[in-house]
Amino acid sequence: MAARHKSVETKYMEDRDAVLRGLRSLDRRTFLKVLAATTGAVMAKSLMPPHSFQLVEVANAAPDKTASTAGMAGQPPFTFAYVSDTHLYQRTLNQRFVRAAVKAVEDVNALDPQPDFVLFGGDLAQLGRREELDLGRQILAEVKAPVKMMVGEHDWFYDLGGAWQEMFGPPNYSFDWKGVHVVVLMSVHEKDFWTPRNMTPEQRMHTVAGLDNGVQSRFEVGDDERKWLAADLAKVPHTTPLLVFSHSPLYKYYRNWNFWTDDAEQVQAILKPFQQVTVIHGHTHQMLYNQIGNISFYGMLSTAWPWPYAPSGLPPLTVQMNRADPFDQFDGLGDGRINVRADGLADKIYSLWDRNPVTVKADYLVSHGKTARPPAPQFASY
Amino acid sequence: MKPARPLFFSLIAAAAVAVTFTLAGAQASSPLAEPKSEKQAGFPAALYSWVIPPDNPQTPAKVALGKALFFDDRLSADDKVSCDHCHAPAKGFTDQLPTSMGIRAQFGQRNAPSILNAVFNVAQFWDGRAPTLEAQVAGPVTNPVEMGMKSTDDAVAKIKAIPEYRKQFQDVFGHDVTFADIERAIAAYERTQVAFDSPFDKFIGGDSSAISDSAKRGFSIFNGKGRCMSCHAWNPTQPLFTDQKFHNIGVSAHKSDFVPLARKALDVLAKSGGNPQEIDKLAIGSDMSGLGRFLVTKQPHDIGAFRTMSLRNLLVTQPYFHDGSQVTLWDTIDHYNKGGVQNPYLDGGIVPLGLTEAEEDDLVAFLASLTSPEYADAAKQEYDLQFKRSRTDRPQRDTAAASGEKGLGPGLTGPFGDIGPPQTSENPALLGGD
Repeated sequence: MAARHKSVETKYMEDRDAVLRGLRSLDRRTFLKVLAATTGAVMAKSLMPPHSFQLVEVANAAPDKTASTAGMAGQPPFTFAYVSDTHLYQRTLNQRFVRAAVKAVEDVNALDPQPDFVLFGGDLAQLGRREELDLGRQILAEVKAPVKMMVGEHDWFYDLGGAWQEMFGPPNYSFDWKGVHVVVLMSVHEKDFWTPRNMTPEQRMHTVAGLDNGVQSRFEVGDDERKWLAADLAKVPHTTPLLVFSHSPLYKYYRNWNFWTDDAEQVQAILKPFQQVTVIHGHTHQMLYNQIGNISFYGMLSTAWPWPYAPSGLPPLTVQMNRADPFDQFDGLGDGRINVRADGLADKIYSLWDRNPVTVKADYLVSHGKTARPPAPQFASY
Repeated sequence: MKPARPLFFSLIAAAAVAVTFTLAGAQASSPLAEPKSEKQAGFPAALYSWVIPPDNPQTPAKVALGKALFFDDRLSADDKVSCDHCHAPAKGFTDQLPTSMGIRAQFGQRNAPSILNAVFNVAQFWDGRAPTLEAQVAGPVTNPVEMGMKSTDDAVAKIKAIPEYRKQFQDVFGHDVTFADIERAIAAYERTQVAFDSPFDKFIGGDSSAISDSAKRGFSIFNGKGRCMSCHAWNPTQPLFTDQKFHNIGVSAHKSDFVPLARKALDVLAKSGGNPQEIDKLAIGSDMSGLGRFLVTKQPHDIGAFRTMSLRNLLVTQPYFHDGSQVTLWDTIDHYNKGGVQNPYLDGGIVPLGLTEAEEDDLVAFLASLTSPEYADAAKQEYDLQFKRSRTDRPQRDTAAASGEKGLGPGLTGPFGDIGPPQTSENPALLGGD
């Protein structure tokens, strides 16, 4: 166990040593090549920034060359935006997260043209209180585009979804959008750990909100909802592109932090027959992407705080964002857009608030990293 | 952009013209214009050695040539505007105007940044559009509302026609005048303008009586409740009071609607190619000036962001902010105290601070202690003026916002948390180092 789980610090020191060893062994020619490559990357980045208010990038992305080779085309490309993980406290307790949520709303409202819809990725509230959810509802009411809501564990475990469902309706649902079938899941069910322990709602919520505790169970979509999903997808042709939203990643990243869905493999099996599947998830508060079989995964940024990467389990395709500046409240945070292309694949734009935006192309994921690698950050990720 | 200029502004401008014309010669020979000694308390010798570029080493002859050029009106189109016109040694190498005046009494959009310690800046100008002191020279020389030369070639031709300069350039650089050498000489002179040796530097050096108790309390607020330190970073090896970064603190949000303005700027830059001269023109001469760093990077996170300025000798470089919009240090602190001016690109660190009146006074006392000895008298006079003004005139003060009684966001009012913690009676600055 100890050998498998290295501390973040140990990992950082090892990475650093590796880089320094590598640098020492560079001859002059290789060094110049590295230098030229990094300079080139910087130039390329600054020449074509995907502005949040100028969707040049979207227009370019639409007639992508891959469209003709993917074997499936036809639906018009479209763009949607997301805001996720606002973690609002009651307004008397905390202004920072309120400001960040308001900023995200202003950001997506400034998009021109407007996105087709704005997905809220879950964890609107911090401790599941009605007041917190209501504050979030008021802030999201300012979004100009239609809002699609997803639930997170911070919204759910105070009253087991009572207030949230009253305000926003059922937590799992599906709809069709411009030829794409869209499914919103409630992926953060937990096995009942509270009744045997006689926990109050507050204790239950605080337990779920914690990391590294063995009391709570792992997140799962659960038997009932998997049945619902299978039935929902039974009507959909396998050539139809699928877009699945889940709060937790629909794969297993890091168990101790519940960056994890326990029945991920079973859910993936349901999605397997489809040709183009993109899963967009919240919860992890970092730039994160993955490819498992036919499924491309993108993590969403939070507006509240950035998580460091977990000590193990990071998908190898993820190019890590570097450490957030502790003096800069908005560093590592943001919102984003997803361009669903004519070929049914989806490109993701991470609109980082205090950094240059980063575009991750579906081509990078579906080629398993062989093409279109996103730029690496300048500094170590620790 | 056609702001109504208040009467006092015009009067100040007129006074400045008079002063510049009468003192132009005197400025060059003033002791304040001389290269500064490195024997100053707090002088970061190691840092200084690193920031001198290897391809432009400091030599006395080059510095003398740079100084002559710095004070020479002939570098401008109408022979009336030298560098020191806006960077006057007696005024802390600024013009003490809200925004600077160039040839034919034209005003730009930006407040003249001081040359003092500019050698340490990682990039020059308020938006960092020039990487070095050399690279920034062409900006003001060719900007139509500053020195107004048609091109750098014109400037070279003009300097070449002056026999003394021809000889000096031959002596220093071994060939005839080039603009690159004009840049090198002026940069070399500017690199001699280092200003430390303040009471605060002596305090940090161990003299606990060098600053007042009020300034010590101010230092504590600076590092704590006031959160100043998170951008105006200070430490003994980099005693500059800046993080060398760019932040939107909401100054131009007063008068700019950022998103349409940013779109307009992108259009203009796309059409013109966005070369440095174009960016310089937009920054100095257009309503897009308020976009700040965005004009350089075209990245949304840089909209309305400007460089964190050093805090040294603030009492001779008034007024404050990139547009010179704040008259006193109290106004400036009031701006931060209320959490800046809300806009979508406001920096995350700008939050209501909850500073009391007494705490603001202490902060100003601390800022006053960052004055170098050669400016002590001028700073004292300015402090008295600002103090008097601050007792009656506080346009930026918003106590409800500062104390968090007034909130931000759609339909939100009422108290918010996250105000700076109350200062304890035990002031860390007074406790000593062990």
